[in-house]
Amino acid sequence: MISSYSFIIILISGLGFYFLGRAKALTVSRSCGGVKGLHSLPCHYGMLTTLWCALPALLIFVVWHAAQPHVITSLVVADLPAEIGNLPQNELSLVINDIRNIVSGNITTTSPNPAIQQAAQHYRSLEEISARSLTAVVLTLILFAGMMAHQKISPSLKARNKVEKLVEIVLLLCSAFAILITIGIVLSVLFEALRFFKVIPFTDFLFGLSWSPQTSIRADQVGSSGAFGAVPVFAGTAMIALIAMLVAVPIGLMSAIYLSEYAGNRFRTVAKPLLEILAGIPTVVYGFFAALTVAPFIRDAGEMIGLSVSSESALAAGLVMGIMIIPFVSSLSDDVIHAVPQSMRDGALALGATKYETVRHVIIPAALPGIVGGVLLAVSRAIGETMIVVMAAGLSANLTANPLKAVTTVTVQIVTLLVGDQEFDSPKTLAAFALGLLLFAFTLVLNIIALYVVRKYREQYE
Amino acid sequence: MDNPANKQTIDRVNKGLSRRYRAERRFRIFGASAILLALSFLVLLFSSIFSTGYKAFQQTFIQIDIFFDPAEFTRENLSTANFPGLIKSSLSVMFPEVTSRGDRKDLYYLISPGASFQLMDVLKENTALIGTTRKIWVPANDDVDMLYKGNIDRTRPESERRINDNQLTWLDKLSAEGRVKKRFNSSFFTSGDSREPELAGIWGATRGSFYTLLITLSLSFPMGVAAAVYLEEFAPKNRWTDIIEVNINNLAAVPSIVYGLLGLAVFINFFGIPRSTPLVGGLVLTMMTLPIIIIASRASLKSVPPSIREAALGIGASKMQMVAHHVLPLALPGMLTGTIIGMAHALGETAPLLMIGMVAFIVDVPHGITDAATVLPVQIFLWSDSPERAFMERTSAAIMVLLAFLFLMNAAAVFLRKRFEIKW
Repeated sequence: MISSYSFIIILISGLGFYFLGRAKALTVSRSCGGVKGLHSLPCHYGMLTTLWCALPALLIFVVWHAAQPHVITSLVVADLPAEIGNLPQNELSLVINDIRNIVSGNITTTSPNPAIQQAAQHYRSLEEISARSLTAVVLTLILFAGMMAHQKISPSLKARNKVEKLVEIVLLLCSAFAILITIGIVLSVLFEALRFFKVIPFTDFLFGLSWSPQTSIRADQVGSSGAFGAVPVFAGTAMIALIAMLVAVPIGLMSAIYLSEYAGNRFRTVAKPLLEILAGIPTVVYGFFAALTVAPFIRDAGEMIGLSVSSESALAAGLVMGIMIIPFVSSLSDDVIHAVPQSMRDGALALGATKYETVRHVIIPAALPGIVGGVLLAVSRAIGETMIVVMAAGLSANLTANPLKAVTTVTVQIVTLLVGDQEFDSPKTLAAFALGLLLFAFTLVLNIIALYVVRKYREQYE
Repeated sequence: MDNPANKQTIDRVNKGLSRRYRAERRFRIFGASAILLALSFLVLLFSSIFSTGYKAFQQTFIQIDIFFDPAEFTRENLSTANFPGLIKSSLSVMFPEVTSRGDRKDLYYLISPGASFQLMDVLKENTALIGTTRKIWVPANDDVDMLYKGNIDRTRPESERRINDNQLTWLDKLSAEGRVKKRFNSSFFTSGDSREPELAGIWGATRGSFYTLLITLSLSFPMGVAAAVYLEEFAPKNRWTDIIEVNINNLAAVPSIVYGLLGLAVFINFFGIPRSTPLVGGLVLTMMTLPIIIIASRASLKSVPPSIREAALGIGASKMQMVAHHVLPLALPGMLTGTIIGMAHALGETAPLLMIGMVAFIVDVPHGITDAATVLPVQIFLWSDSPERAFMERTSAAIMVLLAFLFLMNAAAVFLRKRFEIKW
């Protein structure tokens, strides 16, 4: 808790130095004929002083906190009695966990022996020392840097430019963070996936026809060799996405056409937000709806006409996913239909075409690239959708074209492989990252194509 | 006009007219029915959830006569007293005819295991109760609750229902004495998760959602606005900013589960942030909502007319002053609207949180960003997996609460837009 004091110290002294800097600026301004003799406004001098005193201290604070647990742990481990200190790595980490638990006041797994108690004591005292020295370092740094900045204040100091440059750098860093996220995604998924492909050859994964990732603990158990052929998983994903598209594209497109070409103003202002509600409903709700209402309904309906329908049929999941995507398709198509210039409609109508003919022969062809782009985005949405399929589609990887059977998807497999206990050296866990890599790559390509198409299309009519 | 060729054409047109009008009508009906179909899906969704969910706001309680036996409370610590024993002995007094071991077990089954905690709370509030007999309403077991809500059919053979004939007789006796009634289910809103449906509540998940969104908001809003301001106002037009822009648009379309993989690999395995905590959940959702907020903020900045910027620059403001004093205040309502929508998105998100361990069964209500927690949508997911009939009801009720929160957030966004949007 002492460490949070140093954070508060940084904040308060930052505020204090703002006023000090401003006051100094006002003082020096007297020698050069008032505030207008200064290069910048007094508040800029204040801000500059604040930044000078707080930024380095904040940096130290963050680095210190990132490094502290590692340093302290290694110090404590070094001081452990030999019989504990020489334990193998995994047992040692258990011991370290115990020590940390004692330090934070939790109940430990085993009754702690005196050596561990002592180590915990040691850990606690080191933490204390670290926090105190951090406070000391931060304080001296604040005072030193703050005073330096305070000293340097003079009427010719370009405080505003410096402050603004710094703020601009912060803004730049924030926008570069988006790149960092992408790099993080790619690296995290890629590294684990590469480890997976070291065990299972890439071609086996991509073209194998059998998927059963359950690997056994002992080598002599039944089904001990997991099979990692992802084709059934891809096929299931494709089937569910296809069913979803068969539902979403006609309904979404027709609603968009009706809303933009036929509906009166009153109807539009009511119907459009209502449609958009569908987009705002969390996917877990759709999943529950699929599992609770749609899947039993389809099963019963199938039984009535003598079909055997799995209770986790691809049809139910696909249908509900389609409902979810309707507003997505309709709002994207609405945008592109709106972008078709009014003059083209007027031209067609003036030639005597009915509204239907205008839509069919003029507006749709004109808007087609945009619609295709929107549909591609919707496909990538359907492929990446998780909760509906986790709750309503099955786990068994059947390679089938029958939509009434249970199939599994990429996202379902990722979730089932990664929820629960994980060990990061089994191909079972790593397979999830390989699937994640493919999912990311595939949706990325779809998105890039779709965004490019939509953008090109917009430019065409602007 | 009278020339025969013209007449021929007009005839041909007229002949085709009725067919063309039919096609026109058909198309129009298709369009209208597409919208109606979509809206009927919406109605179906809501009605199927609301019709099961509203029942969970009520709960069956049974009144029992509890004798707070002084012999049980000899020790200092009240929590160590045998409260389940008190309930059992009071039931034995009320039903003296029940003697066999199996029957007694069936009898005790009617009362929820949570009743003993309730007694403890009652007693802690008023220790003077020791030695007296009180009538106390305690929650009934979930199967009893289901029976009184009409979800267990009395007419079915005994082996096919969760409540056997003996239990039905006892319950009928209790009902006749006015000892069974349905009351507002306040524990649903005040307690954490539980294995017993009648004790499970959403307070823990709601707090978890709150802390998670707090982290998300406090990171993604400043960063999103800063990034948008840079890209819109400061960035030079070059390859780098182009890449950043394409990148942000793509990030907004990356499947959410991939963010879960990122969180698992980077935050948990690399940085060692404890799993299942709102801290790591908030970080993952920050990554996810950041692109949404950036895109909305940029649109909002774009809508501020250039004349404002030129005027500010013209009277000698620096670029930073122009942005901070003039553009940003005008664009802020739009940015806030986008942020609220992004937050609503984050509130409903489930998939990435499954990856980072927020699916754990957590009974305690979290009290900070580093306590293990779960969030509302994940709670819904967990409950929907439970086989008990009573959990289905609770799942629907939790969905209703979640939808209510989402509705409020979206209403706030609409209000902000209506109230502060400036048409230039």
